[in-house]
Amino acid sequence: MTMTPDTLIPTKPVAVTVPPRPDHPPIIRAENLSVRYGDHRAFDQVTWTIARGRITALIGPSGCGKTSFLTCLNRLADLVPRCSVAGTLDIDGMDVLSAATDVIALRRRVGMIFQKPNPFPVSIRRNIALPLLDHRLCDRRTVDDHIERTLRAVGLWGEVKDRLNQSAFCLSGGQQQRLCLARALALKPDILLLDEPCSALDPISSGVVEDLIVSLRGRYTVVIVTHNLAQAKRIADDAAFFWLDGGAGRLIEHGPCRSVFENPAHPLTRAYIHGARG
Amino acid sequence: MHDQAISWHAAWPAPRLSARRNPDRFIAITAWLGAIAVTTVFFWIVVDLIRLGGAQLTPAFITNAPTSAGRAGGIGSVLVSTALILGVCLAVSAPLGIATAILLAEFTREGNRYCTAIRRSLDTLAGVPSIVFGLFGYAFFCVYLRMGFSILSGGLTLACMVLPILTRTAEQGLRSVPDEYRYAAAAVGMTRTQTLRQLLLPAAMPGLVAGVVLGVGRALAETAALLYTSGYADRMPSSLADSGRSLSIHIYDLAMNVPGGEPNAYATALVLVGLLIAINATAVWLGERWTHRKLSTA
Amino acid sequence: MSRSRTDRWLLVGLRASGAVTGAVVLLVIAFLLIESWPASRHVGLSRWITDPSWYPTSSAADGRFNLVPMLWGTLAAAGIAVALATPLALLSAVFCRFYAPPTIARFYRRMIQLLAGIPSVVYGLWGLTALVPLIQHFRPPGTSLLAGAAVLTLMILPTIALLADAALANVPGDHLRAAAAAGLSRPGTIRGVVFPAARAGIFTGILLGTGRAIGETMAVLMVCGNIVQTPTSLFDPIRTLTANIALEMAYAMGDHRSALFVSGLALMAIVIALVAMADRIGRGYAYA
Ligand SMILES: Nc1ncnc2c1ncn2[C@@H]1O[C@H](COP(=O)(O)OP(=O)(O)OP(=O)(O)O)[C@@H](O)[C@H]1O
Ligand SMILES: [Mg+2]
Repeated sequence: MTMTPDTLIPTKPVAVTVPPRPDHPPIIRAENLSVRYGDHRAFDQVTWTIARGRITALIGPSGCGKTSFLTCLNRLADLVPRCSVAGTLDIDGMDVLSAATDVIALRRRVGMIFQKPNPFPVSIRRNIALPLLDHRLCDRRTVDDHIERTLRAVGLWGEVKDRLNQSAFCLSGGQQQRLCLARALALKPDILLLDEPCSALDPISSGVVEDLIVSLRGRYTVVIVTHNLAQAKRIADDAAFFWLDGGAGRLIEHGPCRSVFENPAHPLTRAYIHGARG
Repeated sequence: MHDQAISWHAAWPAPRLSARRNPDRFIAITAWLGAIAVTTVFFWIVVDLIRLGGAQLTPAFITNAPTSAGRAGGIGSVLVSTALILGVCLAVSAPLGIATAILLAEFTREGNRYCTAIRRSLDTLAGVPSIVFGLFGYAFFCVYLRMGFSILSGGLTLACMVLPILTRTAEQGLRSVPDEYRYAAAAVGMTRTQTLRQLLLPAAMPGLVAGVVLGVGRALAETAALLYTSGYADRMPSSLADSGRSLSIHIYDLAMNVPGGEPNAYATALVLVGLLIAINATAVWLGERWTHRKLSTA
Repeated sequence: MSRSRTDRWLLVGLRASGAVTGAVVLLVIAFLLIESWPASRHVGLSRWITDPSWYPTSSAADGRFNLVPMLWGTLAAAGIAVALATPLALLSAVFCRFYAPPTIARFYRRMIQLLAGIPSVVYGLWGLTALVPLIQHFRPPGTSLLAGAAVLTLMILPTIALLADAALANVPGDHLRAAAAAGLSRPGTIRGVVFPAARAGIFTGILLGTGRAIGETMAVLMVCGNIVQTPTSLFDPIRTLTANIALEMAYAMGDHRSALFVSGLALMAIVIALVAMADRIGRGYAYA
């Protein structure tokens, strides 16, 4: 029998798993997590833990359910009509999928950045002030300090300090993306979900944002989806590989970044990383 | 990225009614109260219309001529006048509006000065208060063109009034026809006249009809513009040069000038509202057919 | 070639129709100007506001031509109506989009569409027979500024609500996703993200509603009492500029008739300014 990549896919893929190491305690635990849009399965039966304080890269071909996975973590999937999530998902002891979960508190703790920068249609200042005030994280007197501190943290302060009252749409794409990052960081989240944060940016802006992400290591748990394998290799501590199998995405392999990239256990991972299919 | 539909209601949990000093709960309660208030008034109007007008509304009321200044009898002649006024209005506004729509949608590029001027003037016309149309119609059709108080004057005045909505809806209808039709027609060497007659107009028909239907609705609801153009006469019109009152003027006259005319005013109002609802439903149905087509070819 | 000749004739025909359509508004303005010319010449400019009262006669010399009380009547009725209808309409739109379960929202929207379709003369009839007696019960005579403002509120509420609802529906999904991802509460999202994004459409709705309230004739004619006076209380009967035209055109002659055209011209100017403003806002603030 010839070994075409298709025949490599076991009917029930066995995730090649490295057990979490004691020095990297898990913060996100998913068990048999599945997402469907109507009858269409986005991904199926994902069982996985993500370690606290580390940068985890999610890679895989288009349509394998990476974005869908991220939107489970902050319950943004609720917004999609006919989307249903099954399985268990636990973030730091919180049962995310339970109806009783306070989604607003959850979303404060789990920030998200999208592929296309999406600042609010208000001024730069209000972009940061709005979530801060809405979550009552500060009052009107101290909000300006918070704004300055947050904008400094993403290196935007020098560029925008004279035009804080202008519309956020006056900024360049890269600046907008950093503003979105600042908006998320202002809420002091535990986890940041980044969905292809650099793919709409030019190489320079992309580099700036990438450096920012690296600077978050240790203080935040970062889950980043990227199609740029070199970027994943550069910045991630851990990596996970999703693959489209039988119409639904599956988690094929996950583990420390180095082992996934340099010594992949699963032939599909190896094929994907070497650009055989992708 | 495609902009996917969002289910707005699922984005947040239901407001917790127990939480105190919670803005979400406050807005939820206010919004429900406001909606209940509006709904109450709506049903108040509907119930009054049916309660006060329903009893008189018999087949005879529709066909008989009004007697005793409208207190008794029916609305037969009024319906005929209304139909004639609408007929005149449509006979003028539909060809003019649709031709203008074709010009705007098919024969000119965005930013053409001539078309910008037409658009601007239509927008202005759309804002003119109806009583001002009445003044204009009186001065122009009745006096200057010597048509007097007549169905013709009334219909022509209404034609001016409904031109903007008719043109705009028809233009949108034409614009919703996919460009592939035009490319295909050009590719097989059809002239623009043929393309228009054989492809575009049939394809845009729901939009054109929707425009006409909306125009009819607007004209049917109108009173002020007719007061001094079509006049008050409630007898059966014998020609377009006769004065004739529309349903709306009949309601006004019965309510304001005829003591004891209210029951019949309400019955007439019921007929008018019924007609308008039927007309609007038609327009909505046509509009939906067009959006469907637009989606299925997109 | 005969085929292209048909095309050329078609174009000529279409251009001519377009010219006629475009000319209608000029014709309207021209006739208003011509008809209001005698009064503007005989009454002058200042007497419209300085004359002691409104007692128009067919020759300007012995009549009195103060339009100000009726202007106040128009502005008061329209102003109150806009002030009442705007919050209710915005609340309705927010209710439909954010608070009502989908089925109720669908029903409510249909109902508002029906309200928008009721002709003004029917609102007038209902106001006259349902609202006026109610007000009369508390404060005779009942036909009053309050009755007019109430009926106008009902009439413009659907206009503003439907346009605001459409504006909310057009807020890009990206903004909503961003708001949800930032964990904004529902009120925070509405106030901080949705209203700023939809404000062009909302303003347009409010301005168009205002124009409709100022230009409305039948409903106010039927419920306001039509006494020419500057209103000092909500229960005073008033006469609006539009009602005045409808009432007096029946018998006005000479300069009196011409004076009515002057007030029509003034109305048209106000409403056109509002429409132009709505148009400007609609284009200027729209976020791509
Ligand atoms: N809102 C939605 N409604 C219906 N189906 C959806 C929706 N969003 C995603 N899907 C489907 O779910 C599957 C997974 O999509 P998802 O966006 O999670 O993929 P992805 O891995 O993020 O892809 P990409 O790399 O292109 O971003 C796809 O088949 C997609 O068509
Ligand atoms: Mg994606």
